[in-house]
Amino acid sequence: MTAVHERRPMSTWWWTRKKTYLLFVLRELSSVFVAWFVVYLLLALFAVARGEAAYQSFLQWASTPWVVVVNVVALAFALLHTVTWFLLTPRAVVLKFGGRRVPGSAIVASQYVALLIVSAVVFWLVVR
Amino acid sequence: MSRVSNTRPNNRPNSRPNSRRLHVEPFVWLGFSGGGVVAAILLPILIVVFGLALPMGWVHPDFAGLEALLSFPLTALVLLVALVLMSVHAGHRFRYTLYDGLQVKHRSLVAVLCYGAAVLGIIASFVVLIMLVF
Repeated sequence: MTAVHERRPMSTWWWTRKKTYLLFVLRELSSVFVAWFVVYLLLALFAVARGEAAYQSFLQWASTPWVVVVNVVALAFALLHTVTWFLLTPRAVVLKFGGRRVPGSAIVASQYVALLIVSAVVFWLVVR
Repeated sequence: MSRVSNTRPNNRPNSRPNSRRLHVEPFVWLGFSGGGVVAAILLPILIVVFGLALPMGWVHPDFAGLEALLSFPLTALVLLVALVLMSVHAGHRFRYTLYDGLQVKHRSLVAVLCYGAAVLGIIASFVVLIMLVF
């Protein structure tokens, strides 16, 4: 008689079978690119801390094709993270305003507003 | 006749009851959650500016201005918090990506590697930002 705790092992490639599974794994893999960019940003800040020459040579390295490609891919994954994260917030947070429940679409929209404002502020701070 | 346990919980002689242990997981999850919010709102523009616009020369702020901005204590503090939270977020998430996604079942090894890397990220963030400000 089979023991109750035995299970068929799941394939490593289970997530390739359906589009929703694939999207889930890609969403989770965005964490790799978050980690990449933490390292990249630390390298940039380290260069700035060491002075203009170090900063220029960091920019040289950062403009090499493979680094640019990785950052473009990182941006794509960052946007995937943003979109999926914003969609999950209404499920995690129940907001009430004047006794009525705030609709999920309002929560999602307000996050995009925050994204736009933060992006504009950061861009202006760096570029001015 | 039912088995009456004459040992402490977890069947170890000197084990404390589970409810009195400090459960770390909720704090890690808070870090993961905070890091997720920060990454969702701040990361795209950071990648556009520092990953693409500056290296490709689409914008040319002068070094003095950039250095003044980044070494300003408030900016440095925001960056520090952001980097720390994103490190925890990535470590925690990747740990579960390996477990659920790629079916890597070596739980302790994966946890040590993932959270260890996050800790390294946290330490590096402190070091670099202190260097930048002082």
